Amino acid sequence: MKDRVWSNILVSALLLAGAQLAGAAEPIKIGSFLAVTGPASFLGDPELKTLQMYVEDINARGGVKGRKLELLHYDTGGNAKDAVSFSKRLIKNDNVDIIIGGTTTGDTMAVIPDVEKEGIPFISLAGAVEIVEPVKKWVFKTPHTDRMAVAKIYEDLRKRGLTKVALITGDGGFDKSGRQQLLDLAPQYGIAIVADESYGNKDTDMTAQLTKIRPSGAQAIVNFGLGQAPAIVTKNMKQLGIDLPLYQSHGVASKTFIDLAGEAAEGVRLPAAVLVVAEQLPGADPQKPILLDYKKRFEAKYGPVSTFGGHAYDGLMIAVAAIERAGGPDKAKVRDEIEKTRGFIGTAGVFNMSPTDHMGLSLDAFKMVEIRGGAWKIVE
Amino acid sequence: MRLLGFSAFAAGVALLPVLFPDNYFVTVVGVSAGLHVILAVGLNLLMGYAGQISLGHAAFFGMGAYASAILTTRYAWPSLLAMAAGLLAAGLIAWLLARPILRLRGHYLAMATLGFGIIVHVVMVQATDWTGGPDGMAGIPPLNLLGWEIDSDRRWYGVVAATALLAIWLSLNIVDSRIGRALRAVRGSEFAARMMGIDTTRAKTQVFVVSALFAAFAGGLFAHQQAFVSPDSFNLLVSVELVIMVVLGGMASTFGAACGAIALTLLNEGLVVFEDYEMLIHGALLMTVMIFLPQGLFVGLNRLGRRLWIAVLSRHGSPPQ
Amino acid sequence: MPEQLLQFLATGVTVGSIYALVGLGFALIYNASDVVNFAQGEFVMLGAMTTVALLNAGLPLALAGVVATLLTALVGLLLERFAIEPAAGASVVSTIIITIGAAIFLRGVVLLLWGKGFHALPPFTGDAPIQFWGATLLPQSLWVLGITALLVVLVRAFFNHTLLGKALLACSFNRNAAQLVGINVRVMLRLAYALSAALGALAGILVAPITFTSYEAGVMLGLKGFSAAIVGGIGNPMGAVAGGLLLGVLESLGAGLISSGYKDAIAFLFVLMVLFFEPTGLFGHKTAERV
Repeated sequence: MKDRVWSNILVSALLLAGAQLAGAAEPIKIGSFLAVTGPASFLGDPELKTLQMYVEDINARGGVKGRKLELLHYDTGGNAKDAVSFSKRLIKNDNVDIIIGGTTTGDTMAVIPDVEKEGIPFISLAGAVEIVEPVKKWVFKTPHTDRMAVAKIYEDLRKRGLTKVALITGDGGFDKSGRQQLLDLAPQYGIAIVADESYGNKDTDMTAQLTKIRPSGAQAIVNFGLGQAPAIVTKNMKQLGIDLPLYQSHGVASKTFIDLAGEAAEGVRLPAAVLVVAEQLPGADPQKPILLDYKKRFEAKYGPVSTFGGHAYDGLMIAVAAIERAGGPDKAKVRDEIEKTRGFIGTAGVFNMSPTDHMGLSLDAFKMVEIRGGAWKIVE
Repeated sequence: MRLLGFSAFAAGVALLPVLFPDNYFVTVVGVSAGLHVILAVGLNLLMGYAGQISLGHAAFFGMGAYASAILTTRYAWPSLLAMAAGLLAAGLIAWLLARPILRLRGHYLAMATLGFGIIVHVVMVQATDWTGGPDGMAGIPPLNLLGWEIDSDRRWYGVVAATALLAIWLSLNIVDSRIGRALRAVRGSEFAARMMGIDTTRAKTQVFVVSALFAAFAGGLFAHQQAFVSPDSFNLLVSVELVIMVVLGGMASTFGAACGAIALTLLNEGLVVFEDYEMLIHGALLMTVMIFLPQGLFVGLNRLGRRLWIAVLSRHGSPPQ
Repeated sequence: MPEQLLQFLATGVTVGSIYALVGLGFALIYNASDVVNFAQGEFVMLGAMTTVALLNAGLPLALAGVVATLLTALVGLLLERFAIEPAAGASVVSTIIITIGAAIFLRGVVLLLWGKGFHALPPFTGDAPIQFWGATLLPQSLWVLGITALLVVLVRAFFNHTLLGKALLACSFNRNAAQLVGINVRVMLRLAYALSAALGALAGILVAPITFTSYEAGVMLGLKGFSAAIVGGIGNPMGAVAGGLLLGVLESLGAGLISSGYKDAIAFLFVLMVLFFEPTGLFGHKTAERV
């Protein structure tokens, strides 16, 4: 590890010297700020690894338009204040050409005013629908929205004929935004929210909240949360013997959740990007080869894949394609080209962006999956 | 001496943007450092001079920030008026809290202030209708000083640098005033101070309120400068960081607190390039400084400098005084 | 409703005994040196994370636990020797900052060694829930409760009935006097840190099957443990335990009966009230100030 840091420093120094000599072949600078540590680290960490892996890969194949890519990134720790100062640093000090980052909605929303003011293309990796609704000129995003996740959950509930739902959500930005969508969409699907509990994301026990939910007459429980808390909720339900269907959010679509919750995770349903169930897709699915390729590379280098790294892959590839079409990293042209992304097959689905849609995914990009035998199974 | 130090400091602050125009580390980091100076200098009045610890100072910082955020975005108040309201609110709460809380000592006071900080933080996260919840509030308008919009990094540097200097100047004056002397007596021995006829409760309450006002003022500036607030900026870790600034720089010295604030801001900004090693280095540096310079950077280095100076002088034949 | 209330209490006592265990470590070091060690939460994390690593390396759980506890004790000892001892004579606040630095440092080391992921330890004796009068507990909670009770008795006996324990207490009351009657204060302080680290590690291993662990897990546990120790009256091990249980039950009742979102605020509001009426905690020494 230590050697790598020094060699990195050495290499960057050499690159810098080289770039100064070469002059013309300056690298295209991709800026990134991610929550690599902190409560959202299991989103930010695979995002960073994915960006690093593919930037290296693209450079090995000759770069973009004959120019190398250079990745500059900062760790926000999930703190929006740091996101603001790092985005300023990227724009003003590092003079990056495009920003791909913003692990959490809070981080993303915090930097949008600066991004819009400075006019730099920004592809966010965060969930909430408010990032692209209303549309902001310079802001795009690659993950599905939390509203889509909620719609998917409610559709599944309707199929099973369940109408009374209890909510239990954490106190983070992802959780709160999800809760809002759950409350907002409920009437459309004829769902009655019979309990609405919350917990702190670092809490170690949620039995009190679940005990309160038990007599509410709920037919299913929906938990929106990140990190270890959803696993604790799942275990606590089992402990209390609450035998209701449990729906989790797409925020737990990583192997860690199954490892932490153990047997209690059996039967849990969640909407997830197809990445985690790539092998189960029909052979003709156009996404399948891309998914399997990403999965193979990521797992060869870092271990079990999660959907979050996939969002970074999608963002980077959309950006690279746009830079290629624009003929270089001119900010305004690249922005226009990103907006023109059509039929791009990524890990999250097929992207069709437009001036009114800066995400470009449809609801069928999500699959409802159930955890069976310690693995995800598509239930549709 | 004091005036000399202040002038030198002010000259440095004023020269920086001239020497390095539009440099990220001067304008953006400088603003952040300036806000920290206001916070640390205010907290130092309480910690350094009155000897009362606070592990909840971020709460007052947050009150100032949220007052500005809520009043300007939801009720379209002018920014200066919103800031004034924030000062009033924080000052009032500090005044109400001071009497019961400052009866406590040492670790119990630390606990109570910490608890207060956590309660305020929980409210920021949970009262979504008012505060925007964990995602915070965006779109806060820039500061408007009687028609002059502070909307560029360089203008912000000017405003924050000027107010930080004002904070230092105010602090120096408070320390030399009657209240300052009373406070130092309280720090030495509260009992003895009371015996000498000093109204210690009054003195402590006053400094607590003043210190909260400094923090709320920084909070208001922070909200307008970032155009965005979220509870993360006012959690326990921020409170702890403020205490570290004061102690790192050197307690009971206004310049020490200011130095600590600047040093820690630069340290945080500089260490990010080490990525995963950041925490390790941060922790190690903190320990090393406190072990070898327990009086803080400012006092410790000052002393070291003086000793070196004396050594140089004596080598050249002129005996030290 | 009565079953519900019972469940809230059961939850509160489980969570509370976790806080109590961490609080006990705070009390131990404070007793010997008048220092509040803000790296106590990191000892808890270190115990659990080391056990996870050893378990993955193929050691059986019991052995991994013992080795992890000993290693953490060693870390505690090194912390005292190389960070606290050289700063002897520094003010209380400076010492606190050193321990905060140590906490950040330890977190950084674990981050580099074992990454950012969350880890779970297997429960000691399965996880079939135990029913009683409509409420349920996990077997692991009984382990936590049982071992907390045992440790409380042991710590109490140690301070009241052994020469070593009394010598430790003497160091806290008056270091110079302790030195004069032939107590090796230096060794005592190192011992206190090692013991307290071991206690923390043990707590970490006990609770990791319930709460999971990661390099950041010590922050929250340290905070709650500190609160427990203070509310109970700093320096009183029994007080720390009472404080921990009180805090846990308050959080659980607050979440169950009032509002789950505001439960931390409710718990800390109560803590403030306690301090306003009992300025030295529930069971703190009422010492007179020396002038």
